Amino acid sequence: MQLTLKYFAILREQRGLSEEVIETELATAAEVYRELKDTHGFSLNSNQLRIAVNDQFVASDTILKSGDTLVFIPPVAGG
Amino acid sequence: MFCIQPSPIQIEKLRAQCLADRAGAYTSFEGWVRDLNEGQKVNSLEYEAYQVLAEKEGTSILAEARERWDILSAVAEHRVGHLAIGDCAIYVGVSSQHRAAAFEACRYIVDSVKDRVPIWKKEHYTSGSTEWINCHKTIESG
Repeated sequence: MQLTLKYFAILREQRGLSEEVIETELATAAEVYRELKDTHGFSLNSNQLRIAVNDQFVASDTILKSGDTLVFIPPVAGG
Repeated sequence: MFCIQPSPIQIEKLRAQCLADRAGAYTSFEGWVRDLNEGQKVNSLEYEAYQVLAEKEGTSILAEARERWDILSAVAEHRVGHLAIGDCAIYVGVSSQHRAAAFEACRYIVDSVKDRVPIWKKEHYTSGSTEWINCHKTIESG
């Protein structure tokens, strides 16, 4: 299936881009992050992240479907 | 309505949105860029937001405040982009008939935005180094 990934803040810098489309058979956001962390050396651990799919917060074990837009949300620091 | 704002926050305009004939109280909060954080001299700050979700989550927080307290209005904006020392990064304004509700709701909104809304802050230090706040490489225990 095809997923659009969007990156923000520290993940955007570590990945070197804001958005990419990937082809994967991994079922959940947690699994996708584990693979990306290995490939790109992301410094954040998965337990530091929140997940958004199609602009909604979701649990990290939510089953993904083709066409989803997935965002890994680093620890926030507004204000 | 919670807005992510790339240009300077117009405080007077937001304050005007809180005016109401029935309002006897108004509280506001402005978060400013300060020149020191955890002992390091700060030159400037960079804010980045996941705009769609930030505005959605921020708007939910304002709605929660309206449900929990007897208030007449609640508005908030958060800046993104490169900010200098003294710039206003966040504004929250609340009006109500009596002061207690406005104080408490304003506090709730500010605390919830800091806690839940996908906005990130990168500090640029006078030493030349930078850091994404709360994104240290390893998580401290606890």
